[in-house]
Amino acid sequence: MHLFLASATLPDTITFAIAAAICIVGSLGVVVSTHPVHSALMLVMTLFGVAVLFVEENAQFLAAVQVIVYAGAIVVLFLFVIMLLGVDRAESIAADPLRGQRLTALLLGLLVLAEVVLLGRGRWPTGAHSTAGALNQGTKPNVNVLGTSIFTTFLLPFEITSALLVIAIVGAVVLARRPRRPVGGASSPIPSAKGLTGPPEAEGDDTDRGPLQMGVEDLEDSDGLEAGRPGVPATHGQEGSKS
Amino acid sequence: MTYSSLLAVIQTPHIDYTAILPELICIGGALALLLTGALAVRQLPTVVYTAMTVAISVAAVVSSLVLWHIVQLHGAFAAIAKSLAIDGFSVAFVLLASCVLVVAALAADGFLRREEVAGPEYYALALLSASGAMFMASANDLIVIFLGLEIMSIPLYILAGFDHRRQESGEASMKYFVLGAFSSAIFVYGIALTYGATGSTNLAEIASFLANNVLTSNALLLAGLGLLLVGFGFKIAAVPFHMWTPDVYEGAPTPATGFMAAIAKVGGFAALLRVFYSSFHTLAIDWQPVLFVMAILTLLTGAILGLVQRDIKRMLAYSSINHAGFVLLGLQAATASGVSASLYYVFVYAFLVLGSFTVIELVGKRGDRAHPIEGYRGLARREPFLALCLALLLLAQAGAPFTTGFLAKLYVVEAAVQAHSYALAVTAMLAGAIAADFELRVVFLMYGASAPAPAEATDAAPAFSIEGSLAVPDPVSSAPAPGASTGTLASAAVMTGHDLATVTVAGAAASERVEVPLLARAALVLTCGFTVVLGIWPAPLFAFVHAARLLF
Repeated sequence: MHLFLASATLPDTITFAIAAAICIVGSLGVVVSTHPVHSALMLVMTLFGVAVLFVEENAQFLAAVQVIVYAGAIVVLFLFVIMLLGVDRAESIAADPLRGQRLTALLLGLLVLAEVVLLGRGRWPTGAHSTAGALNQGTKPNVNVLGTSIFTTFLLPFEITSALLVIAIVGAVVLARRPRRPVGGASSPIPSAKGLTGPPEAEGDDTDRGPLQMGVEDLEDSDGLEAGRPGVPATHGQEGSKS
Repeated sequence: MTYSSLLAVIQTPHIDYTAILPELICIGGALALLLTGALAVRQLPTVVYTAMTVAISVAAVVSSLVLWHIVQLHGAFAAIAKSLAIDGFSVAFVLLASCVLVVAALAADGFLRREEVAGPEYYALALLSASGAMFMASANDLIVIFLGLEIMSIPLYILAGFDHRRQESGEASMKYFVLGAFSSAIFVYGIALTYGATGSTNLAEIASFLANNVLTSNALLLAGLGLLLVGFGFKIAAVPFHMWTPDVYEGAPTPATGFMAAIAKVGGFAALLRVFYSSFHTLAIDWQPVLFVMAILTLLTGAILGLVQRDIKRMLAYSSINHAGFVLLGLQAATASGVSASLYYVFVYAFLVLGSFTVIELVGKRGDRAHPIEGYRGLARREPFLALCLALLLLAQAGAPFTTGFLAKLYVVEAAVQAHSYALAVTAMLAGAIAADFELRVVFLMYGASAPAPAEATDAAPAFSIEGSLAVPDPVSSAPAPGASTGTLASAAVMTGHDLATVTVAGAAASERVEVPLLARAALVLTCGFTVVLGIWPAPLFAFVHAARLLF
């Protein structure tokens, strides 16, 4: 079994096979299951399988981070969002939101698979050294090596990541804030402008758009959040009634 | 291992604070703005935040000028564990980003007051975004470039969705965010493949690895390079990664559009030029054909699709795509003079686009909706100052002589000719001529016929009344049921005659005067002055660009 790992022992190969199976089953489950909570839990399984693969590659720190950050924090966040949006709402996957989406996905997926196989066959020359040295330097485990490189070689990137946190907080506040008073002097928003005039922003003024557009409107409208939002200002009424 | 022995092991690098002073001023200034907003007992007027932002960005300008003199006196150097390269090239772009901030702050003030947007968030986000562009410009490591890219882009996504009152704004933000996140992911994958192929993310180490080693097969490296190009191409709006540009430019609040157009080009091109010209220079024979095709597509797509636009913001979006093609021309040449020409072009274009969007912001009126090109008919008579500024800036974008735009186009085409890319040079001139057509059409509209033709006007009258009744919903009289019926009527009218709708909006816009705040006037004087003075007397900027050399 030298197909996957150049110097694989039998236990290595067995571990790899099991972890890979966990990953594949998990990721299939994410796509196939109709219940969003099941999808999220399947994602945990996939991430766990990837963590096992990291351990096998001697990247213990990465494996720990994988479990703590991805499986622990991010999927829990997913679950929060699913719960907030309504856990009992089963998604119907029978109807395609975009026409020809599945066929395209299948073709592109096969293309990527062919690409990966093609890449895997070749032997690519890679750089001999790495900036931070070997992963495990003698008695020092890779956690120490990583920590050292964060405070030496990658000190600046590590520090400026904090700017991203500030941006995230400010951005969340800005985007979640509702305007106090809609423009145009109307003191109260029109109660149900969207409900009266059907789906918001359908084909209203598509005529002056260039031919090379992508439809993110679909993305926005499909979640149904927009229509039910309380503070839709007066100017939105004009948009809605055009369509 | 005990704590003290650990400390002995880690030799933290020396931190040269002057090297990152402009970035520190921007980030610190953003935090100071937010703190002021949070600690103020009552709501401070917008002009306080504007004054603070202008002061902060002027401080950034001054600190980058100091840095410029240090580099000119003592030579270029790498700072903070070699993750930043402080050379003439990077400091020139840092200076440009600070100048963009000054003008953008002056231009945004009137908009924020007109639309009654209180609070310091707009300025804080703009400052943070500019700091990201500065990090991108001075980065000497792919990871720093990536972080700079994110620090620059995420505030731009938020600024695009800043206007809660227009649905298009949220749509623009969403579209920019989703596509931008994809492009960032592709960019990171490019970094990973490049690291795998060269063993380093440091640009200087990549360059020396490629100079000292002959790769038996460079497929992995080329794949990485291609993915990096996709990431950069998205930020600079190069075809085929330009799809987001018109929608986002149209949907974003107008001052944010101007800032985004300028700062994304500054950061994106700074990093693109450095990575491709200095790190992957040995691979120029591989990436030159790709950039050749990309530049031709970008030039022609921007020019041809710009012809059919009716909204001035969309038109300028396609124009910005066209300009990105011109900047790519200089990089495609892969010569020192080509990179200088690209740097010059970005310098010039940043001011042109900021000024143009400032005029559009003012003409757009309250609500930020009056952007059809028809609305500019006869603007010269109503608003001579605004019309003059826009005419100057559009002429410069079209490449009229005695403006900076002419010299910028001249230098990039000259660089292409010197690199024997004759087809590219001819395409660029052709595309420039096509783009000049729609840019000058607006100038003719402003200075030509003053009123819409009478036939159009009479046809427009009934549609106008319906539109008007909808546009200003009176909370007392418009009960839901009549509102619904007029809605269907109006939608029929809009569907059958879209031209009529645009004409009526234009007519409504023409009736009232535009208020030009003092600070916006200052921004316009700055940008137009830069364009004209340095167009007539180009020596200082030319000398500046020539001194802006790359470190290696």
